[in-house]
Amino acid sequence: MFGLGVLKGMWVTFKNFVLSYFSKDHLVTVQYPEEKIPEKERFRNFPFLIYDDKPEDLRCVSCDICAKECPPKCITIVRDSDAQGKPLKRPKVFDIDFSICMNCGICEEVCPFDAIFMDHEFEIAEFGRFEDLNYHKEDLLKSNEYFAKIRPQDVARIDAKRREKTKKTEPPQTTPTT
Amino acid sequence: MQYELKDAPAFETQTLEVSLGPQHPSTHGVFRMNVVLDGETIVKLKPVMGYLHRNHEKLAENMTWLGSMPYTDRLDYICSMTNNFAYALAVEKLANLEVPERAQYIRVIMAELTRLVNHTLLIGFLLNDLGAFFTPVLYAFREREKILDLFEAVAGSRMMCNYLRFGGVKVDLTSDFIPRARQIINKYPKFLDEFEKLLSENEILMARCQNVGVLPKELAINAGISGPMLRASGVPYDIRKVDGYSIYNRFKFRVPIGEKGDVYDRYYVRILEMRESIKILDQAIKEIPDGEFITKEGGVGARAPRNFKPPKGDAYGRIEAPKGELGFYLVSDGTVKPYRYHVRPPSFINLTILEDMCLGQKVADAIIILGSIDIVLGEVDR
Amino acid sequence: METIDQAFVLGKRAALNWMSAFLPDWTMVFVSIIISATAIVIFGPVTMMYLTWFERKLVGRIQNRFGPNRVGPWGLLQPIADGIKMLTKEDIVPEHADKFAHFLAPVVIVIPALLIFSVVPFGRGMVAVDLSIGILFFLALSSTTTIWIFVASWGSRNKFSLLGGMRSVAQMISYEIPMVLSVVPVLLVVGSFSTVSIVEAQSGWNWFIFTPWGIAGFLVFFLTGVAEVNRTPFDLPEGESEIVAGFHTEYSGMKFALFYMAEFMNAFSISGIVATAYLGGWQGPWLPSWAWFFIKTYALVFVMMWFRGTFPRLRVDQLMGFAWKVLLPLTLANIFIAALWLNLESPKNNLISALVLVAIVTIIYWANRPEVPKKRIYRYAYED
Repeated sequence: MFGLGVLKGMWVTFKNFVLSYFSKDHLVTVQYPEEKIPEKERFRNFPFLIYDDKPEDLRCVSCDICAKECPPKCITIVRDSDAQGKPLKRPKVFDIDFSICMNCGICEEVCPFDAIFMDHEFEIAEFGRFEDLNYHKEDLLKSNEYFAKIRPQDVARIDAKRREKTKKTEPPQTTPTT
Repeated sequence: MQYELKDAPAFETQTLEVSLGPQHPSTHGVFRMNVVLDGETIVKLKPVMGYLHRNHEKLAENMTWLGSMPYTDRLDYICSMTNNFAYALAVEKLANLEVPERAQYIRVIMAELTRLVNHTLLIGFLLNDLGAFFTPVLYAFREREKILDLFEAVAGSRMMCNYLRFGGVKVDLTSDFIPRARQIINKYPKFLDEFEKLLSENEILMARCQNVGVLPKELAINAGISGPMLRASGVPYDIRKVDGYSIYNRFKFRVPIGEKGDVYDRYYVRILEMRESIKILDQAIKEIPDGEFITKEGGVGARAPRNFKPPKGDAYGRIEAPKGELGFYLVSDGTVKPYRYHVRPPSFINLTILEDMCLGQKVADAIIILGSIDIVLGEVDR
Repeated sequence: METIDQAFVLGKRAALNWMSAFLPDWTMVFVSIIISATAIVIFGPVTMMYLTWFERKLVGRIQNRFGPNRVGPWGLLQPIADGIKMLTKEDIVPEHADKFAHFLAPVVIVIPALLIFSVVPFGRGMVAVDLSIGILFFLALSSTTTIWIFVASWGSRNKFSLLGGMRSVAQMISYEIPMVLSVVPVLLVVGSFSTVSIVEAQSGWNWFIFTPWGIAGFLVFFLTGVAEVNRTPFDLPEGESEIVAGFHTEYSGMKFALFYMAEFMNAFSISGIVATAYLGGWQGPWLPSWAWFFIKTYALVFVMMWFRGTFPRLRVDQLMGFAWKVLLPLTLANIFIAALWLNLESPKNNLISALVLVAIVTIIYWANRPEVPKKRIYRYAYED
């Protein structure tokens, strides 16, 4: 019958109108700055560099794998060297251009030293487009505790793996001295 | 309804050339239709595309095999999971990788959830094109959000999932994925019923959509149309059934077929397809086994992409993406980069038939015909 | 009770008395006019401002969101913030536009919208001018809006605008006729064009909507009214998804706001006139008369906004078809039904006219059968 379908549609919208005052399912807006959706552990935004105790001892050994694998090539790494010019196992420059990064998480996947991870921080607006968004090593450093806070499941697995690794590598170093 | 000159009134009239787009509320992105109007009737229509060209194929040829996986997300940015799926399928064919059972199930679940997302959203946007003031699209968003939350919990990102890997998936499902997915799937039919009550029998929608933009069976086949659009024209062709890729031949589902091939059929076939997707999801979630989520060999590709070198040769992997046949044609010369990388995007090929459907219709019809084709400009222009 | 009912009337009288103390007698006519005009000029825009707020809240709730809630409690100051924004926005005039027409249209379009308020009876004795041709005045003025819409679309020199303007004119021509004819039964029964006497004829519970011809007349009058003010599902001249924004594509800032204002004031006054003609205007028990008027009017405005939250838009030819093939025959028949109702005796006239109405609706439905969309049944391939 002509007109019945129209009335059915109006009934649906009216029901939604009334239910929006009573049911959370029918009022799904989240008032963003005041309330936030709980973060998912696997959520990934921009990468950060991880350090264990002090900001000086980074896990990164500047092997350049992430920079090579990064699809949009947003990572720049320059290896540090000592006074004699002998290359050291740490980066002198570690820049990530957040205006280029597309949050794919491939750097995290390919890193053999578990040194770079995807952050949960997303409120990082800047005023400038170019230099302001080019994050340097100091801006990217975050502690392992922070990582443990945002990704409790992953940190357990990675720390266990790292402990095993150090156990394997350390005994030959320590035995000669004793 | 073909426009003929003898229908024109006897007194002198002029045609009006209008450029609908690239800035236009209903072109679903930066797409442009140069139309010639006689009054409100379309006499000529020329689609202009390429505003969103991002060099996708050439970029992929300068990247490792894995490196273009995140870029495939950005093809059809509404259903990134199926884009990943098609690409992974093509590479697996090329490198002869076996995919573990559990990963197959995860892929099917993700692909069907993506189909739900895409079809729900498309119907919402189609109604926006029809002039409904955002109500259906916001109901669609409401339901889509729930699925995207699932994607975010599993893959880390809502839209740019980058979840599939060669030989499996990136990480295993979270422990609460299955119960949450089941909850969503159980509630979805109720939402579809509500949606249908709001739309399907609405006389205004029926009057607007029926017998508009008719695409005859023969023309659809000749133009290479695929997906729901082809099925709405009455051709029972579904790659999930024809190819039975992945593990689709294990599931029981039907393929809805339209009669006329007009906008209403394209709308309704999608609703019915969602109901079938829910069936597949039901079965997949019940049957999903435990086990590895990625092969050991595939793990090489994921952990050290530089070492992943598929043997020389070529492969074409295709899936039934929500929009139609999405295929990747890959040629390998045995190095870390593809020698040739080609995408067969369903949106682009379905869009080629636009002018034939629009001639003789009104401007308002052209908009909904475009809406019913279901295009995403990221995929059209690549 | 009586004082609350007459609060506004008494207020005006008190103001006049106070002023007559120091103003010459011959000015009192002008003072009286100025008071009424000022009331309307303030009431119109304020209504419009809060109707936008009301619509946004309502549609927001329909769509499961909050609607404006940032400025003031429940977003109540949102219209003011919007007004400030509109006033401070850059006013862009297209280079090749007909600048005079482009400027004139939004300014003049508000005038008929405001003038209509002068014949709306807001309550007992609360009408600015009790014109003996009140309804005619309303019909005549409300259709002039279209002229300014067309001037705006022509002056903009934009193809989308032009399409919108053409649609508006075509829509006006089609919907004006059923609209005029749908009030004829009321005039026939009341025997007067005056809005005040129409309301007085519906005293007690004798609202015209409770009669068979009243139901049909009310529906047609309301639907044509919705079409007249270009609201969903008849919002073709704006046609957001098709022709960008129709006639106001090239307008920005306050000029755009004036179009918006005219649209909302028209929506309000059309609802008011529909309530006056068919829902008994300010008639009603217990509450003061003006409260009844506003309850009825806002209920109709609510329905208009509810339409907006629910329906897609009709196509041009379907819109015309609906007016000429359904509404026009129905209104013509309705005049006959009303005459029948008027000339028969009381208990039996309702029954007979209802029967005739049902018969005529059936005939119209039957005659339009080919156009009525049908449900479809779909088959499946690969049955399981």
